[in-house]
Amino acid sequence: MIKIDNITKSFGQLNVLKGISTNIGKGEVVAIIGPSGSGKSTLLRCINLMETPTSGTITINGQEITAPKADVMGIRQQIGMVFQHFHLFPHMTVLKNLTYAPMKVKGMSAAEAEKKARELLARVGLADKADVFPSRLSGGQKQRVAIARSLVMEPQIMLFDEPTSALDPEMVKEVLEVMKGLADSGMTMAIVTHEMRFAEEVSDRILFLDDGRLLEDTPPEEFFKKPRSERAQQFLEKVR
Amino acid sequence: MNLDFAQIVPYIPFILEGIKGTLLVTLISVVLGFFWGSILALIKISNVKLLNWLAVAYTSVFRGTPLILQLTFVYFATPQLTGYNISQLEAAVLTFTLNSGAYISETIRGGILAVDKGQWEAAKALGVPYHRMMLDIILPQAVKNILPALVNETIALLKESALVSTIGLADIMQNANVVKGTIFRYFEPYMIAGTLYYVMVMILTWVARVLERRMRLSD
Repeated sequence: MIKIDNITKSFGQLNVLKGISTNIGKGEVVAIIGPSGSGKSTLLRCINLMETPTSGTITINGQEITAPKADVMGIRQQIGMVFQHFHLFPHMTVLKNLTYAPMKVKGMSAAEAEKKARELLARVGLADKADVFPSRLSGGQKQRVAIARSLVMEPQIMLFDEPTSALDPEMVKEVLEVMKGLADSGMTMAIVTHEMRFAEEVSDRILFLDDGRLLEDTPPEEFFKKPRSERAQQFLEKVR
Repeated sequence: MNLDFAQIVPYIPFILEGIKGTLLVTLISVVLGFFWGSILALIKISNVKLLNWLAVAYTSVFRGTPLILQLTFVYFATPQLTGYNISQLEAAVLTFTLNSGAYISETIRGGILAVDKGQWEAAKALGVPYHRMMLDIILPQAVKNILPALVNETIALLKESALVSTIGLADIMQNANVVKGTIFRYFEPYMIAGTLYYVMVMILTWVARVLERRMRLSD
């Protein structure tokens, strides 16, 4: 489904990604882990063109999204993204946060958008919060709304950029549960995370990045039992 | 002390009539100036270098020359240049719009840049086109942040609108001038004019406070 072919990304003199290739199949859940500054987020952000790769190509369903003439907006509409700091629209109610993009971007009718939005709010367990403003929500609730906001666009792929890193510990679980439900429903997902247990439990594959290179691309059982690279071994020792 | 308010009483309604001129110039100019300032601000943060430069040059000129000169220029030079006989109100509104647009554009630009970068990211990630993102996501948050500054700009404009008396527009100041010329007394008409300006500024200040409180409710 997603084919990443030898992409690099430089910010000025800084080479953040140094040639990364991998594939993500339909329905696959991939966890991207590695030390900070290893390029995890940058790799993720290349998939929906929040960052434009310096070189290399990314192909989604046969369409080369890194082509100069690619329809960036159209591509992003098919890829949901969840951020570390939620980024809900503070001047809109929860319901409006969800209905805004489908109505204004996809031209969905207000009634249909609201119906879908309420379904999704129920799915993330926040049906009763439809009419409140985001500032009234806890971090975990905000992140669940953010996930619902992405889902209402009916994306084919969901990207998660450290979705639980900004949460208080007691709120991590509720967000991970929603994500797990999503994975079980067959969504194609790429998740940058520091939650090793979650990565082990939910993902089909682990991508381990270090210094802009993809050092491991292995199933979680294998990776967490004994990673091949020395860097991954050191990393696991530190985080566990 | 030579004070005689009895003499001025018959002229008070005439001075009060000037409120219409003052308010007309102020309100139309501040609304148009807001739209013009928003457009200038969007141009300033856009990536088109030539337009950036033009907007910056524009702002620099309007902030770098006296308002009374701009007003005089528009009122007297327009007929000379175009042959169009511009009215006092048109000249006043045009000048104040162009001028306040320059000031407001800087305020709005600051407000836009102060909106959390994550808001841009979230909108982009949802595939929201640039113009929709600006109108629906970024500007409402920017305006909320700069609301106090915008009201201050309105207050400044209200006071500066007294300058339109120099081209003979019948505002509070001009009508006070006329009364002065009729009864040959200075203190009383200007005292009344001053009081009117002050009361209007106080009302605006109060409106600003109410607005701010309302908007903060959604926080």
